[in-house]
Formats: sequence, C-alpha cells, structure tokens
Amino acid sequence: MSLEVRMVKITIDGKSYEVKAEKNLLETCLSLGIDIPHFCYHPALGSVGACRLCAVKKFRDKDDTKGRIVMSCMEPVTEGLIVSVEDPEARSFRASVIESLMTNHPHDCPVCDEGGECHLQDMTIMSGHTYRRFDFPKRTYVNQDLGPFINHEMNRCIQCYRCVRFYRDYAGGRDLNVFSSRNHVYFGRHKDGTLQNEFSGNLVEVCPTGVFTDKTLKKHFTRKWDLSNAPSVCVHCSVGCNTIASERYGSLRRIMSRYNGAVNGYFICDRGRFGYEFVNDEKRIKTVMLRADKGAELEPINDEKLYSNLNQSFSKKKNITGIGSPRATLESNYALMTLAGKENFYHGISKKEYLLTKTISDYFLTSGIHTPSLKEIEKADTIFILGEDLTNTAPMVALAVRQAARNIPNEEAKKNHIPLWNDIAVRELGQNEVSPIFIATTYNDSLDEIAEKAFRSSVHEIANLGYSIARNVDEKAPDAKSELKDLPELAVRISAALLKAKNPLIISGVSNGDEGIVDAALNIASVLRSKRSNVMLSMILPECNSMGLSLMPGTSFEDLGNKESDTLIILENDLYRRSGNDFVNDLFKKSSQIIVLDHLNNRTTEKSDILLPAATFAESEGTIINNEGRAQRFYKAVENKNQVKESWKWLVDFIQIRESDHSYSWNRLDDIVESLANELPVFSKLTKYMPDADFRMLNTKIPRQTMRYSGRTAINANIAVSETGLPADPDSPLKFSMEGQQENPPSSLVPFYWTPGWNSVQAMYNYLNEPDGSMKGGDPGIRLFEPVPAADNKYFKPEIRSAEVKKDELQIFPLYRIFGSEELSSMSPSVSQMIQEPSLLINEKDAVNLMVNDGDLVMLEILNDKIKVKLKIGYGVQPGMAALSMNLPGMQYFELPGSGKFHKL
Amino acid sequence: MWLTFLHVFHKTETVEYPEVKPYLAPRYRGRIVLTRDADKKERCVACYLCAAACPVDCISLQAAEGEDGRRYPEFFRINFSRCIFCGFCEEACPTYAIQLVPDFEMAEYDRQNMVYEKEHLLISGEGKYPGYNFYKNAGVDMGVKGKGEGENEEKPVDVNDLLP
Ligand code: SF4
Ligand code: SF4
Ligand code: SF4
Ligand code: SF4
Ligand code: FES
Repeated sequence: MSLEVRMVKITIDGKSYEVKAEKNLLETCLSLGIDIPHFCYHPALGSVGACRLCAVKKFRDKDDTKGRIVMSCMEPVTEGLIVSVEDPEARSFRASVIESLMTNHPHDCPVCDEGGECHLQDMTIMSGHTYRRFDFPKRTYVNQDLGPFINHEMNRCIQCYRCVRFYRDYAGGRDLNVFSSRNHVYFGRHKDGTLQNEFSGNLVEVCPTGVFTDKTLKKHFTRKWDLSNAPSVCVHCSVGCNTIASERYGSLRRIMSRYNGAVNGYFICDRGRFGYEFVNDEKRIKTVMLRADKGAELEPINDEKLYSNLNQSFSKKKNITGIGSPRATLESNYALMTLAGKENFYHGISKKEYLLTKTISDYFLTSGIHTPSLKEIEKADTIFILGEDLTNTAPMVALAVRQAARNIPNEEAKKNHIPLWNDIAVRELGQNEVSPIFIATTYNDSLDEIAEKAFRSSVHEIANLGYSIARNVDEKAPDAKSELKDLPELAVRISAALLKAKNPLIISGVSNGDEGIVDAALNIASVLRSKRSNVMLSMILPECNSMGLSLMPGTSFEDLGNKESDTLIILENDLYRRSGNDFVNDLFKKSSQIIVLDHLNNRTTEKSDILLPAATFAESEGTIINNEGRAQRFYKAVENKNQVKESWKWLVDFIQIRESDHSYSWNRLDDIVESLANELPVFSKLTKYMPDADFRMLNTKIPRQTMRYSGRTAINANIAVSETGLPADPDSPLKFSMEGQQENPPSSLVPFYWTPGWNSVQAMYNYLNEPDGSMKGGDPGIRLFEPVPAADNKYFKPEIRSAEVKKDELQIFPLYRIFGSEELSSMSPSVSQMIQEPSLLINEKDAVNLMVNDGDLVMLEILNDKIKVKLKIGYGVQPGMAALSMNLPGMQYFELPGSGKFHKL
Repeated sequence: MWLTFLHVFHKTETVEYPEVKPYLAPRYRGRIVLTRDADKKERCVACYLCAAACPVDCISLQAAEGEDGRRYPEFFRINFSRCIFCGFCEEACPTYAIQLVPDFEMAEYDRQNMVYEKEHLLISGEGKYPGYNFYKNAGVDMGVKGKGEGENEEKPVDVNDLLP
C-alpha cells in the first residue's frame, strides 16, 4: 500500500479544486460539500451506476461547450476533468429520472416510517421534481413478513439495488434477493420468513426508501424530528460500536448506528440495534426495595428511609465487599472500588474469565503488539481465527472479516487499474476469490464459506494448532503434542500464509474459556512480531466493559473464599451467570447484608436485602472500554424516572455517608474520571477524553433535540399546563433542548445527523472528511494501549492438560448465539423472539451410536448439574464432542469446557 | 368631522355579543377538531405533520397501530392556551383530519382546562372536506383496502411471472 495520495486538479462548474485521485466524482463532490442526488451509490458499497440519478455534464476540454452527460458515481477523478453539476441539461435529466422513478411511488409518506428521514424525499426535492404529471395506475406488490426486526412495504421501492448489495455482497446473507423482471422486480425473500442475516437491521439505513423499516420503532413510532438523541455506545458485546440512542416521551425509541470511521463505520449488528428494548421493560426496577428481615419480602421504600438505613451499614466499623461488573461503566466500578477499598473490590466474573482477560490486557499493555480497530481488521489480508465464533460473539468483527476477505481480489483489481469503488467490475474480476482466512472452531462457523480452510476439533486441539503455528515460525516457542495426523501440515500451511502476508491478523478470544487458546494466540502474535513489525492481534472479550474491568485492581469474586462481609454490594451483575449455584448461594449466606444495583430483576436481585434501581446505558453517562482498548463515552438519552439513578451516583452517595468528613468531593462524572485517571495510571489518558461537561458551543451546550422537535408546550400539558424548565443534566455537555448550535459538534458528541437538504441518515456525509473516511475532528474514542515499545518475546507454555474424558461421556464446549447469549439484549421482546431453546450440538456418528435423533429432548448431566436440552445433529461437531448453548436466559452457569453425558427424555 | 358625522348613518358594525352571535365564515379559524371518515373511523393517521407545522409546538400525539395495521393517535393533545389559531396544522394535514372550525367560545377560568385531549377534539363527521379517505389513495393495506385495490392502482405484481 502506498501511503502518498495522488492529487489532481479538476474543475466543477467553473471552479477549480485540488482533490484526491482514485476517487469517483460523486464521492469527491460529496466531500467537497457539492450536493449531487444519488441512490445506488453508498460509500461502503461503492458504485454500480444503476439508478442514473447522479448525472452531471462532462466536457472534453475548455473549448467544449456542448459536453455530454455522465454518471458521476462512475466517473474517475482525473487530472484536468471539467464537469458541471448545475448544467441545465444535467439538472433536467436528473429531474426526469426521479420523475419516472416516482411514477409508481405510493402516496404513503404520512404513514411511512421513513418520512422525515427519507433519502427519496430528499433527492426528490434536490432534483427539483415537484409536481406529479403521471396519472395512470400504479404498480403494487404484496409484502412479506420478514420477522421481528424488519417491516416490509415493497410498493415504495425505487429499484436501486442497495439492499441486496448490502445484504448479499457486503454482509454475506443468502435469503434476500431480487425476483421477477423488468419493472416488476421484487426485493424480498423467496417466501415469508425471518431474515437470517445478523446484520439485517442495516437495511433500515441502507434502503433509501421506506421499504425496509425498523419494526421495533413501529411499535412506538416517532418521527426523526421529534426524537431527543444522545451519542451512545453499544453495550451488547466487547466491540463497542457507536450508536445513537433516541428518546421520546420518556422511553427509548430506537438505536441507530453512529458513524465511527475507526470502529463500526456505517453499520451495527442486529443485537446492537434491536437489543435496546429492555430499557423500556415494564418490569424494570424503578424504586428502592428493602427487605426488613431475612425471610421478609422486598418492599419499596423512599430515599429518606433508605439513607437512614444505610447510615449503619456504611459506618467505618463495618467491612464492605464490592463486586464490580464487566457490563457496568468504568466510573461505577471505580466508585464501588473506592467505597469498598481496593482490597475489598472483586471482579464479578468467574476466576477463569478473570485470568484469561487479565492475561490479554497485560499482554496488550506490555508487548507492543497492535490490537486493531474494526477498520484495521478490514485491511488485513491474511487472517487466522483461533477458536472464536465471531458471528455470535462479536458480530461486527465477523462483518469486518468479510470485508478483509476482499483485500487480495482488490489488489488484483488495482493491478488491472480498476478503481475499488467500481464495485461490479471489482467483484467480476475477483469472482469468488478471497484472501486467505483460516478458521479453527469447535462447530461450524458462518464465516466458513469464505475460509480457505476451516478446522473443526476440540478446544484442546485448536490450542495445539495455535502452538504449532507459533513453533513453526520460531523454534523457541513451545510446541504441543497433537493426536491429529493432519494438524502439523495445516499448521505449516497457516504459518506460511501468515509469514507471507502484508497485514496478518490473528483473532481469538476468551469465549471457549480456555487458557490454551488464548496463550497460543498470543504466542503466534509474538513470534510473528519477531519476524516482522506489522502484526495485528484482536482478542474478543465477553462483555462491553470486560477490558475496562480487567485493567482495574482486584481479582475474581470466586477468590472471595471464606471471607465474610457485613455488607456485600453487587454492581449490575447477576452472579448466577458467573459461577455455580452452590458457590453463589454460599457467598450470599456469608454476608449479613446484600445490596444489589441493577436494571432488571434476576436471580441475584432476588437475594438482595436492599435493591437499588440502576440507570441503564440510555439513562446515564459513562465510559466503557472495548476489546481494542478504546475508551468511549455514552451519554444520557432518557431522563431518569422514579428513584432510578446512575450506579455511580448511588455509590458516590454511599461514599459520602461512609467518609463523613466529606473528603470526597465528587459532584459529577468528570470528577470521578479525574480521580480515576490520577489513581490508576493506565487510565491517565481518560482526562484527555475531552470534551468534558463544561464544553460549550456558542456559550451553550449541544442540543439533543432537532430543530423541529415538536410539542414542547403540549407534551406535559396534561400534567401541568405551565411549562417547566430544562432538566439540570450537570454531567454532560449536552442538553435536553432544541436550542443551541446544531452544526459541527465535536465528533464524539454528535447526537444526530441532520444538515440542510439532508434529512436522512445520508446527512452523515457532512460530518465526515470524505464519505468513507474519518469523521471531521477525528474518530471518537481514545485508545489506551498505544503506543508502547515492543517487549522481548515471552511465550506462554502449554499446560499439560489431559483431554481425558470418561468413556461414555462427551467433551462439551460452549456454543454462543448472537441472540440469547448476551444478558441485556435477551430481555428485549424482539430479540427474545429469535432466541432458540437450549440446545446441544452433537456429531452424526454419536447420534447413531447413542440412538438419538435431531430434535430429541434430552437430559444432559455435566459435573453435578443437569439441564434439559434439545439435540441438534451435525453442525461440524466432531465425534466424542458436543457444544452446549451458553448463557441463554434462565440457564444455570456451566463451567465449560467440560464433559458430560445425556439420556433421552 | 364630516366623516365622523357620516358614520352616524352607517349600519353599526358592533354586534351585541353574546346576545347576538356574529356571522363566522366556514373557513373561520377557531377551535380545532379531529374529524372522521365517512365510515366513522378516525381520519388522523398520526403522521405528526401538524405537530411539526405548529409554530408554538402546542400539538403532541403518539402514533399507535390497530389490529388491521391502521395508524391512529394513541393520544392527541392540543394546548389551546398556547394555540395561536394560525391554521398551519390544517394546512399540513394530508388526510383532512385536523380542521379549524368557526367557534371561538373557549374561554376558561382555569388555564389547565384549555388542554384538550383526543376525546375533546374528535367529532363524528367529516367536517369541511367530505368524501376524502386517505387510505384509498395510499399504497398501504391498513384495513381499508387490499393491495392493488385502491384508487388508481394495478393488481399486485405476480413475482413468479417472468414474461417480458
Ligand atoms: S419512502 Fe419516502 S417518499 Fe416514499 S412514502 Fe416513504 S417517506 Fe414518502
Ligand atoms: S428495497 Fe430499498 S434498497 Fe432495495 S432496491 Fe428497493 S429502494 Fe433500493
Ligand atoms: S457488534 Fe457488538 S457492539 Fe457492535 S452492535 Fe453488535 S453487539 Fe453491539
Ligand atoms: S397532520 Fe393530520 S393526520 Fe397527521 S397527525 Fe396531524 S391530524 Fe393526524
Ligand atoms: S448513484 Fe450514480 S447511478 Fe446511482
């Protein structure tokens, strides 16, 4: 890759510009702020020249006055190019294109969920087609039921093909296609049914019309202009995609993707988009609850009673134990640590998970190995995935890998002088060729289809494969003995490919709960690093702030052992998901008082003596750290109601009770962040994560509401006709108002995308340096792991582990599902419709031997536990092995990998 | 002086209100109502356009969906103590649902009583614009007509048909 960018001079409407070569004219104009209407071009999908709307006039030279019409999205930017966007003929061409597209368009805007943020509406206005002349009958279509996420209204289609290009070409989906012919083309599934792709929600943003709209928004529909928005960060996996959280009438209405050129770009996954509904759950914990005596019921109490009760619990004489959480913010965890004291602060994760994440965060802090952002993952040209089922544990990483798969064919295209934006040509040339990708997992992976080799075996052998690869590169690295004959050969093949690559990438993670896999992945990164400088290692962690928690002091709560405590405080955590029932029950017995802070009831909150309603991500400000060590802050979109408060606010109150001398003067979020940065050096960069709550533009905070936010004087008029003032909101530089400067907020504080003429999400262009580039002012987030000087390689030795299993038992590995394996999103009604019952994948041969069939219900016994599961046969699981659904709602905790057997019910 | 004197012989403009009611033209912009279609179903499709058009932001509503998919406002509130009777909402309304009628007798002692909810706004007729039914002109099937059965619509496309 050559880094220098070639610049060329071009003339647009008589004005000359110096612009980047290798772009197309449409992209160039959009980054210059020159609006050209378009449909089929999308920055992430490239150009195909299908809609003919982006027509401009191109002139041969200065003397050419006639010119000819060309499609700007298909026009390479070359030295001396002379074009006119404003040319009357080009204008009328565009107006007539849109007029003909609109001949069949239904009279739906008032009941169309796209209205007000419709790219088609914008383009119609922009092209100047204002009056309908076509008076003949309109073509109609029958819609399909596409499942709980997406609504389908085919009449509104303008045949731009963006949907299928995203769904099939970009996201690897199979079940959405284009049917029929001529002006009858139909975009849908071969028959009604739920869209299978994990990224289907992006159709809502990709489709420029109201054909595909958000079904969860439809249930409480609100127009874009009426939403009050906040920049947010997805809390449903460790990737940390940026989102926009939108509120109306006190409830969270939807999640959209928020552009971050380094992280998620234009897209997010369906778990992130539709998992938000738990925030609005009727069963949310809304009031403080107190259990007067052991054995009594939890009863709601007011703040006053709570504090009088807590004065005793928090007296200096009492010892407090705090259990933090990987799904709570850094600030909340830190406040808990401060309250309980460093030595009494424990991580609310299993011992194994603690050790694995600690190994990883230590490695990133000291080794100097680069952990890539999603954008950098897309740049990799050879990838080895060790043990992670990416589509289900970190969906957007899987999507990035799909893009990386095109890097080798893209190189080919470059050699043939085909610009990469010329999508069809590049794909035709590449055919089905993909970059070398190797996948080693215990069961079939949806990325297998783009893999050069997919390796299926046990967790143990997958680790062995990793060790062998490291060993092939550097003799000093430890080797591991494998029982598989073909493993050495595969190891040689993968190590050779990694050595040959320009941008090799190793992806692994902790989902298998196996030290071997993590160590082997780190070893490969280390050995490659000794041969070359640009090695990337991406480690997937279980939760949104797993990385943040692992950078804090303390150990796993399973290390609490026999320690007794007067007061046990559990922060946003269901411990029954983290450890066996017996251990957790025992832990609770040992504590005289249990205080739990959480959003929704679970098995842990049931055990609490005091239950405190904690604000969710949508109702609070806070910082979380994603798997690449990027600290990102989300902001409050919904005002807290009832007694709900941010966890850190509760905890700061408690600190003030305990430290009666008021030595802590934490009044707002920024104070905690400052303390944290001072106390724990790894977080010292956080204070640079400007802007803080004092940030002002034109002497005022940034408005969360759009300029056309309606109903201000009526929303609360049923309660009191006199309007009240704005909520105080001291912790953020945003305000719950429509007044203030709406243009160009700092990139990390963009509450919504809206610029004159651009009402749809496509308004994003105006916030970016170029349509597929970084945000103006730099992409949000601050990376904690950079840069450190490279350390000497130290290798992790494979433990001598026995893969020994009792004769009649199966080895059991964890099976993750995008819908179900994550706690909070599982409580959203739309997502919960997608959750399958607990299942066990087994091999065909085992099924024959054990005389069971697909779909049989069996009782599985692992260790001392039992669970009823549905058998599924096949899925690449090897003989003698099985994969068990992990963390589905209602399931107890199993420490996997493990072994067990089942009998038919 | 002469002019003033002449006026003595003119017909008086002052009306002895409230004993005598003044004439108000049908297009007079007074109290706001929500009308119904001829089939007695609510006309409002909860599109939020009136709320957006309102310069004093005194309209607030929430869309909901009936069993048949028909959109309607779950609640519809107008704060008449803020309303300036500009009629922009009526102009914005794509379904003729919201209409200003010739009635200005809305005085209240308590300002809170100026807040009207849907039950206060909804009337049983079509108001000034009889005969128009939005759903017959729209493409959607929301219980009023099936796909392709609306005014000026072709039968739905047969997707399996590949004839040129
Ligand atoms: S897609 Fe756009 S133009 Fe078409 S009905 Fe919906 S809002 Fe109106
Ligand atoms: S459904 Fe939407 S994205 Fe697909 S072709 Fe039609 S308008 Fe374009
Ligand atoms: S990939 Fe993870 S962070 Fe991104 S949207 Fe999906 S669940 Fe959220
Ligand atoms: S503009 Fe008309 S249809 Fe739309 S919400 Fe207002 S009253 Fe209802
Ligand atoms: S955007 Fe250029 S032809 Fe569609």
